[in-house]
Amino acid sequence: MGNIDTVKSTWRNKVGLAEMLKGGVIMDVVTVEHATIAEEAGACAVMALERVPADIRATGGVARMSDPRLIKEIMAAVSIPVMAKARIGHFAEAQLLESLGVDFIDESEVLTPADEEYHINKHAFSVPFVCGCRNLGEALRRIGEGAAMIRTKGEAGTGNVVEAVRHMRAVMGGMRRLQAMPEEELMTAAKEMGAPYDLVCEIHRTGRLPVPNFSAGGIATPADASLMRQLGAEAIFVGSGIFKSANPAARAKAIVTANTYYDKPEVVAEVSEGLGDAMFSIDVRKLDEEDRMASRGW
Amino acid sequence: MGVLALQGAYAAHRAMLETLHVETRWVREPSDLNGVVGLIIPGGESTTIGKLLVREGLDVAIREAVHDGLPVFGTCAGMILMASRIVGSEQPRLGVLDVTVARNAFGRQVDSFEANIDIRRYGATPIRGVFIRAPYVVDVGPGVQVLARYNERVVAVQQNRLLAAAFHPELTTDNRMHRAFLDVCLGAQRDRNGSTDG
Repeated sequence: MGNIDTVKSTWRNKVGLAEMLKGGVIMDVVTVEHATIAEEAGACAVMALERVPADIRATGGVARMSDPRLIKEIMAAVSIPVMAKARIGHFAEAQLLESLGVDFIDESEVLTPADEEYHINKHAFSVPFVCGCRNLGEALRRIGEGAAMIRTKGEAGTGNVVEAVRHMRAVMGGMRRLQAMPEEELMTAAKEMGAPYDLVCEIHRTGRLPVPNFSAGGIATPADASLMRQLGAEAIFVGSGIFKSANPAARAKAIVTANTYYDKPEVVAEVSEGLGDAMFSIDVRKLDEEDRMASRGW
Repeated sequence: MGVLALQGAYAAHRAMLETLHVETRWVREPSDLNGVVGLIIPGGESTTIGKLLVREGLDVAIREAVHDGLPVFGTCAGMILMASRIVGSEQPRLGVLDVTVARNAFGRQVDSFEANIDIRRYGATPIRGVFIRAPYVVDVGPGVQVLARYNERVVAVQQNRLLAAAFHPELTTDNRMHRAFLDVCLGAQRDRNGSTDG
């Protein structure tokens, strides 16, 4: 590109891709075959992984970035954007994923954190990042570090939407509170939330996050997708929910349709018929604290 | 104004149209097309939107409406969906715009960029083109005007009431392209009213 006014990977380019994924479903895939099924079902992007969160939970041990060969094979197999996960704070994994040309990096609590104090400085990359959050303060800290998309953490690999609901309500409620505050209270709010003051002021003014706000962590059914969208999520990630279910292709397609027509219960009902068993699920209240992925990162 | 809201950046188009005081309606099923003066097809994933278009029979409804004179403006994936021909792909499409497009033709996300795009008829100041995994037009049919090129590549075209861009004016504050489309819609409406009166 010879033009002198051409600038690559601007902030608008990064947030712009997140903007293009709105209203869509991003699916976890562990093989080329999965990726093709996901694309065929209408996924707007795939997350290339070695193991879905449910299997990471079952296997235990340190969960790391996936094999670059698998990521490259999936990138070659589909025409939609391909995302991949790096460990929290593991900027070398992120550099490597960027060099492979992945379209989005998820700095993810689903993998074992590499740094318990610092997240990746995402401004330093030309590839956009998505990060998880449990509340508004955490969302704004990640945006401050350069995340171009925010998602709820939920509790991945459980097939239980309760934590995603909790986190989405915390983010949306937090924004409503900031909006209603008189200006003199904003600095104290920023201090208490541990969030950048300028972003707190922006939410007070606009009532919305400056980057797209998606949901992840426990979504397993078309109705779960509809619920998260009605609570304010602009798109959804489905991890184990599809390929750990009885009929992945049909479920994937049903969740895509339910996500588009989330406010039309008759459509969500129609696509929910005869999908077979949802994924094996876990009661989050019975998880030990160290088994909770959502509490990784800060 | 109708904005196709199956998947993608439909909210950004609504926000842009609000700055022009234009009322919008989400289009997700054929009946949503009744009474709209024009239709915007946003960026997003063209394969996803294409599948959802077929599901509700919206593809047929939009094609018929275009045949009856409905103006359409597509950005990025919108342009791909409007195109008659897509390089190396049989994916579902509307096929109303007589062009061939190549998807992700400038590369992956890490190659996404911004650049100044000259469109003479919109004024001397260039439009800031935001290109995101963008397509470009490989060839155009006889009825298609080329509005803009970037490095020799065709990135904006018009065919009568159909307007398409490979980039995303809706992600900027420059509303000239939306205004131009609005003019097309108002012209179409005048023609329609004229013909019923006459």
